[in-house]
Amino acid sequence: MCLGVPGKIVEIYEAGGLPMGKVDFGGVTREACLAYVPEAKIGEYTIIHVGFAISQISEEEAMETLKLLNEIADIDEELGLTAAEQLDISV
Amino acid sequence: MKYMDEFRDAELVKKTVAEIRRVVTRPWTIMEICGGQTHAIMHFGIDQLLPPEIELVHGPGCPVCVTPLEQIDKGLEIASRPDVIFTSFGDMLRVPGSVKDLFAVRAAGGDVRVVYSPLDAVKIARQNPDKQVVFFAIGFETTAPANAMSVVQAQMLGVTNFTVLVSHVRVPPAMHAILGSPRNRVQAFLAAGHVNAVMGYWEYPPIAAQYQTPMVITGFEPLDILQGILLTVRQLEEGRCEVENGYGRAVTYDGNKPAQAVINRVFVEQDRKWRGIGVIPNSGWGLRPEFAEFNAETRFDVAAIHPEESPLCISGLILQGLKKPNECPAFGKECTPERPLGATMVSGEGACAAYYRYRKQ
Ligand code: SF4
Repeated sequence: MCLGVPGKIVEIYEAGGLPMGKVDFGGVTREACLAYVPEAKIGEYTIIHVGFAISQISEEEAMETLKLLNEIADIDEELGLTAAEQLDISV
Repeated sequence: MKYMDEFRDAELVKKTVAEIRRVVTRPWTIMEICGGQTHAIMHFGIDQLLPPEIELVHGPGCPVCVTPLEQIDKGLEIASRPDVIFTSFGDMLRVPGSVKDLFAVRAAGGDVRVVYSPLDAVKIARQNPDKQVVFFAIGFETTAPANAMSVVQAQMLGVTNFTVLVSHVRVPPAMHAILGSPRNRVQAFLAAGHVNAVMGYWEYPPIAAQYQTPMVITGFEPLDILQGILLTVRQLEEGRCEVENGYGRAVTYDGNKPAQAVINRVFVEQDRKWRGIGVIPNSGWGLRPEFAEFNAETRFDVAAIHPEESPLCISGLILQGLKKPNECPAFGKECTPERPLGATMVSGEGACAAYYRYRKQ
């Protein structure tokens, strides 16, 4: 129950006195409360947990993480090692 | 799905694992505090990719598992009343109380309903003005903003037949309890990213400094977890003990301020009992006196229920990282997901359930 899942805001409206929205999780759409992401706009991604958006996802930070992990790979290449040489298991 | 698939990239997973192998020179024990991460680790077999020097131990971050027996029994007592609609997140239904669970109450005619969001419980209350609707408000910091908002919404809409049975827990006091224990083996934490999405991580540096323990804020996809382990091992190997944010796409230092504001408006810190572990000072949230009318414990007069826990289940040791589920004598024998002895075998995030489902050893 404690998991949060990233989804894209596709609609914003008000219900029960709170800002609400429709959020798309790769084809499945659910309603979520948007009170905690007041800046979020349609088309942006948030993490939804028990029907509430708890955080807006930063595209820039996501790319940065992937870039840093990719750089690990570059270091290996500089050392002339392939991942397979270091890792005798298949993932 | 976006922001999931990229963090499951097999090539990057291999490379990150290779880097962990390159960096590690001696044994380290790292605790992933969040049960969601425990399940991801078992599901993706991340523990089996790691070099033998790294031992992952599982933490107390499963809200269903740590909800104390007395709160479960209070819920069962309230749910058994004929004028009550008892609402809860789904995984609470099979959590064993002293003598039964919520499924048994439902089978005996109780109106027990699973909700996806706490706001659904408020909606049910508005649709059923002749009934008392109770919501079982459990969870960590991640769930607290949602549960707090249900109370705010009920007050705003003038809903008087809605109450909450609160059993909220907080991570930092649990970290103190684990690191301060004479039996502690944990040398570093993977912190629970979604807790930090709400709370930020300004509470963590003093804990990291006090116990000389590195902490890395970690997400939930395989690459997030491996990156968390890599950053942690680098710190351990270099003798650093800092708080690092490995989940920058969802977590900022300050966290979600509007969410914290509503939590602080509705809840106040208090001592809280953790199932299998005991009372941890200031480790929970309860309703502020201003919201006393929404307190199910007083409306249904159940505050005096104090049952004893079963001595068979060692989930308390598992939740503190002192034992693994397969070291429990009852694991897979007297205790299975179909007939659980403890909550850790029930919950979607319970360590015993994760071992049973993915390792069965
Ligand atoms: S296997 Fe069952 S009895 Fe043993 S610790 Fe886990 S939940 Fe408790």
